[in-house]
Amino acid sequence: MSDANTAMVEKYRNSFLKEVEANVEEGEWVKMCMQCGVCSGSCPFGPHWAHPPQELFMMIRAGKREEVLTSDSMWMCTSCYNCIVRCPRELPITHIMHGLANYAHRLGIAPKNQPTRKFAKLFWENLTKKGRTNELKLGLSLYFMNGFGDGVKTSLKMKDIGLGMLKTKRMNVGEMWGGHACKDTNGLHAILKKAREIEDAKMQKF
Amino acid sequence: MAKKEYSFYPGCSSQKGASASNYLVSVQSMCEELDVQLNEIPDWNCCAASIGYAEGGELPRLALSARNMALSEQANPGQDIVATCAACWLATKETQERLHDSSDLMQETNDALAAAGLNVKADQTVRHMVEVLIEDFGYDELGKHVKKPLEGMKIAGYVGCQTNRPFGVDGESFENPKYLDKLVETMGAEPVEDYQKKVQCCGGALAFSEPEKSQALIKDIVEAAYDGGAEMIVTPCPVCQMNVEVYQDQINATYGTKFKIPVVYYSTLMSVAYGKNGKEAGLDGQIIAAKKLEEIAAK
Repeated sequence: MSDANTAMVEKYRNSFLKEVEANVEEGEWVKMCMQCGVCSGSCPFGPHWAHPPQELFMMIRAGKREEVLTSDSMWMCTSCYNCIVRCPRELPITHIMHGLANYAHRLGIAPKNQPTRKFAKLFWENLTKKGRTNELKLGLSLYFMNGFGDGVKTSLKMKDIGLGMLKTKRMNVGEMWGGHACKDTNGLHAILKKAREIEDAKMQKF
Repeated sequence: MAKKEYSFYPGCSSQKGASASNYLVSVQSMCEELDVQLNEIPDWNCCAASIGYAEGGELPRLALSARNMALSEQANPGQDIVATCAACWLATKETQERLHDSSDLMQETNDALAAAGLNVKADQTVRHMVEVLIEDFGYDELGKHVKKPLEGMKIAGYVGCQTNRPFGVDGESFENPKYLDKLVETMGAEPVEDYQKKVQCCGGALAFSEPEKSQALIKDIVEAAYDGGAEMIVTPCPVCQMNVEVYQDQINATYGTKFKIPVVYYSTLMSVAYGKNGKEAGLDGQIIAAKKLEEIAAK
């Protein structure tokens, strides 16, 4: 995807804001930010953002493309929607953060080992495979996403929680073989493929 | 009252052997008492929740919810879609609104759905189960079904994020919604007044990818419940329930606290108050046992 990144740099040489408006979900709202900072003050992970939302908005307008897209800031969004309901200009901030994260991910320049980026990818692959989330496989793939050694350590740490979930029948070992699924997975996959094609074509057009 | 019917979107976590299977059990018991018929959307799929965005992107994500709406329109025409999961509700309602706001998006979504021979109009109302309770029944009616009031219990109503923001429930404030407290009161228990962390985020899906940062939030949520004198926490959201219940041991190990407070669903409380037994109320799904409710249910 670094080719896509190069192509975008060429295309929008003079305006990162235009690039965001054209390619990032709800990106056309960025210019509406009035820099009050309520979003940053309302974020439950606020202290962990290198650049809180209002700062990201100003950085986009200032053309700081590299700093924004390679930042792990927007990956701190917990989707709590506090910023959205408090924003005096009613910017859909949560969605813009998701959009920025997705755009950086698609261009292949989001931070490589960002845990939420990895988890989000695992989650999407898990749910689209059979149309429904396989919680057991998702949990295990998450524990082992940083390699085998780390995985064993995490699994041991999570052992008691896993046992509790098993005992209360809120986890099922049987999910390892088969598990819940949509019947028309072919149809679902066809829909997703078509949706992706439409979205990719739009990115080319702008 | 005549039977009420809805097109039901149960969601992944409610399935047999999944993390909120006990939620569905209690919802079914509650609905039985209220004469509500839930018509499951046939072959529904995952909504991508609040973490599917990064890999999925905009249109594929919206297409997932649109497929569910299209299947609902086919099988349960004219019925409101009702979800019990916060993320299911949010994703579906968001998609419904987005498709209505943009004819381009509607066209693109239907182009994608056509790949499986489907088409969506997206003109149904998408609701959370608590909205059904509040709007279609009302507190007075819900109270009439109480057979065993939960007397003497003090309960913290933890609303959390997504059954509150961005859409809101019953037009209440985002900062201090009252509906959960009112439900607690209707069941005969006492809600914690001014529960400080009522709408605080639990970390959501990031409890998995950022456990330390999320558990710091969960610690505050549990602590504030204790500070308010609560013996139990109640929530309308499967992720809130799980996050606030299952990490208490790890939080105790990190912070030297001694948390052990049960976290149940509104439907658990209602099933018990409506005279259902422990199993019907899903109490066997509690990792931290809700002993007081077990006693009332066994009476």
